[in-house]
Amino acid sequence: MDQNHIRNFCIVAHIDHGKSTLADRIIEKTGLLTEREMQEQVLDNMDIERERGITIKAQTVRTVYKAKDGQEYVFNLIDTPGHVDFNYEVSRSLAACDGAILVVDAAQGIEAQTLANVYLALDHDLEVFPVINKIDLPSAEPQRVIEEIEDVIGIEAEDAPLISAKNGIGIEDVLERIVERVPAPKGDASAPLKALIFDSLYDSYRGVIIFCRIMDGKVSKGTRIRMMATGAVAEVVEVGVFGAGQFIPDEELSAGMVGYITASIKNVRDTAVGDTVTDDDNPCLEALPGYKKVQSMVYCGMYPADGAKYPDLRDALEKLQLNDASLNYEPETSVALGFGFRCGFLGLLHLEIVQERLEREYNLDLVTTAPGVIYHVWKTNGEMIELTNPTNMPDPSEIDYMEEPIVSAEIMLTSEYLGAIMGLCQERRGRQTGMEYIEANRVLLKYDLPLNEIIYDFFDALKSRSRGYASFDYELKGYEKSSLVKLDILINREEVDALSFIVHADSAYERGRKMCEKLKDEIPRHLFEIPIQAAVGGKIIARETVKAMRKDVLAKCYGGDITRKKKLLEKQKEGKKRMRQIGNVEIPQKAFMSVLKLDSE
Amino acid sequence: MISFYIHFPFCIKKCNYCDFLSFSAGDDIRDRYVDSLCGEIRRYSEYIKEPVFTVFFGGGTPSLLTPKQTERIMNAITDCYRMDKCNEISLECNPGASLYDNLKAYRDLGINRLSIGLQSTDDNELKILGRIHNYEQFVSTYSDARRAGFDNINIDIMSAIPGQTIKSYKDTLTQIVNVDPEHISAYSLIIEEGTKFHDLYAHDNSVTSSISNHSERPKRNMIPPLPNEDEEREMYYITHDILDKAGFSRYEISNYAKEGYECRHNNVYWTGGDYIGFGLNASSYYMGYRYRNPADIGRYSELYTDYENSFTAFKPDMSVYEYIDNPELHEEINKLSVKDMMEEYMFLGLRRMKGVSTEGFKKKFLTEMRNVYGLITDKLIKDGLIIEEEGYIRLSDRGIDVSNVVLSNFLLD
Repeated sequence: MDQNHIRNFCIVAHIDHGKSTLADRIIEKTGLLTEREMQEQVLDNMDIERERGITIKAQTVRTVYKAKDGQEYVFNLIDTPGHVDFNYEVSRSLAACDGAILVVDAAQGIEAQTLANVYLALDHDLEVFPVINKIDLPSAEPQRVIEEIEDVIGIEAEDAPLISAKNGIGIEDVLERIVERVPAPKGDASAPLKALIFDSLYDSYRGVIIFCRIMDGKVSKGTRIRMMATGAVAEVVEVGVFGAGQFIPDEELSAGMVGYITASIKNVRDTAVGDTVTDDDNPCLEALPGYKKVQSMVYCGMYPADGAKYPDLRDALEKLQLNDASLNYEPETSVALGFGFRCGFLGLLHLEIVQERLEREYNLDLVTTAPGVIYHVWKTNGEMIELTNPTNMPDPSEIDYMEEPIVSAEIMLTSEYLGAIMGLCQERRGRQTGMEYIEANRVLLKYDLPLNEIIYDFFDALKSRSRGYASFDYELKGYEKSSLVKLDILINREEVDALSFIVHADSAYERGRKMCEKLKDEIPRHLFEIPIQAAVGGKIIARETVKAMRKDVLAKCYGGDITRKKKLLEKQKEGKKRMRQIGNVEIPQKAFMSVLKLDSE
Repeated sequence: MISFYIHFPFCIKKCNYCDFLSFSAGDDIRDRYVDSLCGEIRRYSEYIKEPVFTVFFGGGTPSLLTPKQTERIMNAITDCYRMDKCNEISLECNPGASLYDNLKAYRDLGINRLSIGLQSTDDNELKILGRIHNYEQFVSTYSDARRAGFDNINIDIMSAIPGQTIKSYKDTLTQIVNVDPEHISAYSLIIEEGTKFHDLYAHDNSVTSSISNHSERPKRNMIPPLPNEDEEREMYYITHDILDKAGFSRYEISNYAKEGYECRHNNVYWTGGDYIGFGLNASSYYMGYRYRNPADIGRYSELYTDYENSFTAFKPDMSVYEYIDNPELHEEINKLSVKDMMEEYMFLGLRRMKGVSTEGFKKKFLTEMRNVYGLITDKLIKDGLIIEEEGYIRLSDRGIDVSNVVLSNFLLD
């Protein structure tokens, strides 16, 4: 394939600015799919993604465009996930591209995520050109947005195509612009194989399907490939390119091309995103830069609601991991919840996605514990522990000090909500590091925030306090010393390990009180009174009481309808089964989850 | 010995708390229903040779039966079954104007026990319940009944009615005691799904769910609130106090009787006796099977009107098992295992204040109760919920309060 006729690019945008719709239009206009074949959004083919309107797993489409110059061009449109949880994946996808289309909503203008993604694209030396979308909206102000792009990002935008992806306006312009503006790849086909893995997928028939961009050299059936970081070696079974929604086998992939490789590889861990694929018999000298081992940022315990389903949960996690190298898990045991797993995720969204997939695709009923981050516990003996489970917190006497992860966050908002959002950041122990007026009424706020303050419900709070007008992005900055304590919950004077969590000393009382209140509502009455207490280091800081049950009597047994009475008793017994026994108190599964949403009221 | 329950599903109007199978219908439908009922009664006699112990006409409102209809049913029974051991034939009756002729006819036909659904002596509470009678009508029905010769009368009363107070409930109790019936059933209102009250009060957790903590009262001003939990319990306690002093002894969680007037028919249910339910959706327990009739009146009528000529469900020389375990005739057919029977022995028997007999258990199941329930009874005794005394296990006062929790312990895994 002649590299001059290849264009490898991606689309960057803020959520809802129309990335997927534009992608659909490009696919449609390049004629690879009939309108009938078009799903509403071809790129987003997972249920969850579609519901949330975001793309999680990067996917890629190859289309063929006949340009006005009469020549055919191969477009490789590489999709990028649109959420901060997946920043690393985004960066690897960008590294596979030569250019990027920046889609900006003509009404909303630049958002925090737009900036983050553009900077990421520019960092990868991509040629970025803007497109103004949704120009058909009554509130569209394309000229203002063009100026904003030029002022804030500093890229030329005067001649940006004005389009409506939804209504198919201006798409031709975009296609021509891709040919003109995105540079053709400049790989060396005769050099040793050097390909970048930007995604992979597990297929039960073919094993791992590697998504890659060939930088140099070529690969075909029979090539012995080696993953340079993981060291895995395998013989190629098939190579090919990405049709919309299908894999199209090909003879070989050569420099500049984007495609897939299968090699009967059993585990996506062997084909880490960012790794370099080379020819084991004729390896390249050095790997591509930028490979990082993915690190979990958020941890929580996941337990089957029905203890007997533990093996099912293990199997399901195993299967999910085949497709999701950033999911980590290891077995753990809780006194309250029995056998389960401590799982690590890229972020809270990632956690929720995994949880939903386990419940939906594997039909599992789960109990999850409060998500937490990785704390560094420096012990008096100089040793440092990375703490992911509050239960493992050493005795306070052994702790010298603790550190927690801090993120640098950028929040873009209109100035009328400035006070509210600054207040929110303040409550979440944020430290302001900057504030810029982008326009008269638009502000970019910069804060350093503890990660554990934003993993619960920061997004929700941000949205509700700004009526949806604030956008948010962050990246891990590092660890800082902090005054942290372990908050324990005692039910009927017994500590419930699954409810313990780590919290800043200043908010311990408030959280403890809210937990007790919430649990009081969730725990059913028993035949005896149940105290619910919150404690820090053995000292009780809050208490509520579940009063003893007064009565529970069967109704009239009428006309000898014994079966119905028995059903009622069975229901009662069944309800009991779904509870967790702590001492002689039965706690419903949902009590463990409800404490995760303490701030929802 | 066997007992009969005869279901008459018709009412003039459905009450706001009622979730039993009942509805209103015209005279012709009621009359055709009686045809089917007689058909079913006669049909079943092929399989039952044992003497009848008790008969109970329930509903619905069986006092809507005309003397003629009642006679047809009684004839069907007396024609086909041995009645020499039968000493209790009850009929449920709703208070209404000038019932004397009907009551007299019932009495003459051999019905010897009347159960009057009063519920409350407070007219306003009756209205809230959706009852169509007032207290005055009850008084006249009651005296009609005595005049007609009924010397065994039950009165149903209800506590925890919306708007009811401890005082108004006490008034109901005292007035009933003064009326001097032989038997009193005192139930506490339970908000059941599918009732009008459910729509109004379902959000009030204190009644619908035993596991919740707070009792929020309905916001709308028009609807009187349910008594709160403490009031409700207080009502339960004063029921016992007042009735006990008046010479009624509690023999079952909600039933009180003067000596010798316990309802024998109800005791059949609690003690695992056999009974056949005739009529729409009626439940039976016979030959070790629990099952019920169809709930659809069209279907039921098809089966038992002209059964001899038309229906495929009936094959010549059907055995009793083929008759019972027959999906064309019955629903929810369930052959009880020994485990089921043990569970029932316990959770039904414990409703009686006397409790369950350990000796009786052994006799019935050929194993000691301890071998099956030892761990559970030990724990419940320790928790003060049941008492073991003189070969019987029974609920304690606290155990009565939370009987669901206690009884559910006796379901085996």
